[in-house]
Amino acid sequence: MIQVVCVKQVPDTETRVKVAADGRDLDPAGVTWVLNPYDEYAVEQALRVRDQQGGGEVVAVSVGGPGVLSALRNVLALGADRAIHLRTDVTAPDPLSLSRALVAELRGLGAGLFWFGKQAVDDDQAQVGPMTAELLGLPCATVAAGFTLEGEKAVVEREIEGGREVVELTLPAVVTAEKGLNEPRYASLKGIMAAKKKMIEERPAELGEPGLEVVALVLPPPRAAGRIVGQGPQAVAELVRLLREDAKVI
Amino acid sequence: MSILVFIEQRDGRVRAVSREALGEATRLAATLGGPVVGVCPAAADPGLAALGEAGAERVLLAAHPAFAAYDAAGYARAVAAAADALKPALVLFGASTMGRDLAPRVAARLGAGLASDCTALTVEDGRLVASRPVFAGKALQKVAFRKVPALATLRPKVFVPVALGGKSAAVELLAVDFDAAASRAKVLRVAAAGAGRVDLTEAEVIVSGGRGMKGPEHFQLLEDLAAALGASVGASRAVVDAGWRPHAEQVGQTGKTVSPKLYVAVGISGAIQHLTGMSSSRCIVAINKDAEAPIFKVADYGIVGDLFEVLPALTEAVGKLNAHA
Repeated sequence: MIQVVCVKQVPDTETRVKVAADGRDLDPAGVTWVLNPYDEYAVEQALRVRDQQGGGEVVAVSVGGPGVLSALRNVLALGADRAIHLRTDVTAPDPLSLSRALVAELRGLGAGLFWFGKQAVDDDQAQVGPMTAELLGLPCATVAAGFTLEGEKAVVEREIEGGREVVELTLPAVVTAEKGLNEPRYASLKGIMAAKKKMIEERPAELGEPGLEVVALVLPPPRAAGRIVGQGPQAVAELVRLLREDAKVI
Repeated sequence: MSILVFIEQRDGRVRAVSREALGEATRLAATLGGPVVGVCPAAADPGLAALGEAGAERVLLAAHPAFAAYDAAGYARAVAAAADALKPALVLFGASTMGRDLAPRVAARLGAGLASDCTALTVEDGRLVASRPVFAGKALQKVAFRKVPALATLRPKVFVPVALGGKSAAVELLAVDFDAAASRAKVLRVAAAGAGRVDLTEAEVIVSGGRGMKGPEHFQLLEDLAAALGASVGASRAVVDAGWRPHAEQVGQTGKTVSPKLYVAVGISGAIQHLTGMSSSRCIVAINKDAEAPIFKVADYGIVGDLFEVLPALTEAVGKLNAHA
C-alpha cells in the first residue's frame, strides 16, 4: 500500500514570536525551523503500518519554499521512501489554497492512507487534513490518538471532550495525528545518510484561490504582573480570601 | 443576509458552545443583519425550540437516523445544504472537537474561507475580521474573508450566550440527501473518560501539576484540591512526556489551550509553551518553591513554598469554605 504523509515546516515551539515589518507575518529572523511536532506522529504511524505490512511505500509531501526541503529530508531520514516538494513563493498559503494544491497532487498517487498532523503549531488552523479529505471525497478521522488497521478498515480512536470516539474508516482514508498516537522514533545516522540518496521530486504547487487574507499579526498585551501572596502554607488563608473577595473566582 | 449557526448535540443535548455561538451571532446580526438561523443534524429534535432564548429565530433540523452519532460526511452535507438554501453572510461553529472536524469539510464543500478557534469577530471598514490566537496564543492573527459565506469556529468559553426570556425558535425540517449505508466512516462507540470529569477546554477551574509534583503518585494531592474546587486536572508537557499523566490533560502548545476562570499551576516553572496555553485564564494562581520561576510573571497570585505543604492546606481551606457555603 502507498501511504502519503503531508508535512509542514514550522518555527520551533520555543520561538519568541516577533512581528515582521509588514505587520502581518512572523519575523523569520532568528527562527529555528522544525518538522511540525504533530507530523512526527503521522510519519511514525505510516512507517509502522508499512513495516507491519512488510512492504509498501511512504511518500512525504510538503508545500512551500526551499525551506521545506529540510523537513522533507528529515522525514526521509526517519524512513520515508520518497518525497514530493510542491514549490511556491507564497509565504503562508491559506488552508483552502493549500488543500487544493495537495489535492491536485494526491489524486493521482493511488494511496490507501493519507496522513497529516492534527494541526500545524504555527497557524493552528487544523483545517488542511479534513479539507483535503472532503475535496478528495474520502472518509477522514481527525485527532487520532489510537490507530489499528484491519484489512481495508482502519479503526481510529479520537480524543473528544471528556472521552474517546472510536471511528471505523474504509480505505482509502485520511487520518490526522494527535500527540500520543505513538512514540516517534529518532532518525538514525544510517537513516540520515540514506536520506541523501533518496529522491525529492519538485513541482510547482497549484495553489487554488485563497478563502482568507491575513490583515494583521499582533502580540497580545502582556498580563499585568501579579503578586506573591506569601511563603508556604501560612499564605493559604490570605490566598483563599483574595480568590473569594477580590478575584471572585471561588 | 442571515447568520447560520451549527447546533451541536451529543446524546440529544445541545452543547454550550452552540449557545455561545448563537450569542455572538445575535450580537453580529445588529451590524451584519439577520436573521440568526440554526442548523442541527440529529436523529431527533433535542429541544431546538428552546434555542429561541439563546438567539435563534429559527432552527433547521436535519433529521436522519444515522445522525444519532457524529457522522462527518453527513453532517457536512447537512450544514452545506443549509448554507446553499439560506445564502448566509456567516456560518459559525463552536471550536469543539466536533466543530473543528466538521467546519473544514463544510468550508471545502462551499469553497469558502474558514477561520479556526476565533476569540473575536468584528466588523472593520465594513468587512468581517476574525481574531484568532496563533502559535498557541503567543500572537493574535487577524484575518478577513475573501468569499461569502465567511466561516468561523469559536473558541469555547470566550463568547457569552444571550438570554432572551420567553422566546421560542421555529423548528423546520431540512431534507438531507445522505445514504448512511454508503458511508465510509462510522462511529463504532464513544467511551467516556470518567463520570463527572469536565474536559479541560470546557472547565471553569483547572488545577495543573508539573515536574515539581515529583512523581505520578503525588497527583492524588492535586486530585484532592480539584475535587474541593470542582476543577479538572491538567498537566505540563514535562509530566505528560514522562508518562505520569495522559496527553488529554496536557496544557500548552502541543496540548490544550484553556481559558478557565481560575487556573492553579502547581510545581510548574512556566516554560513558554505552557504559558501560551493558559495565559488567557481569568485568574492564575502559582504555587512553586522557586521564587524566580517564570510562572510568577503571569500569575495574579503566587505562593512561594513547598507544594507538599501548601496543597493540603489549600485543599483544607477550600473544603472549609464549601462547608460554610
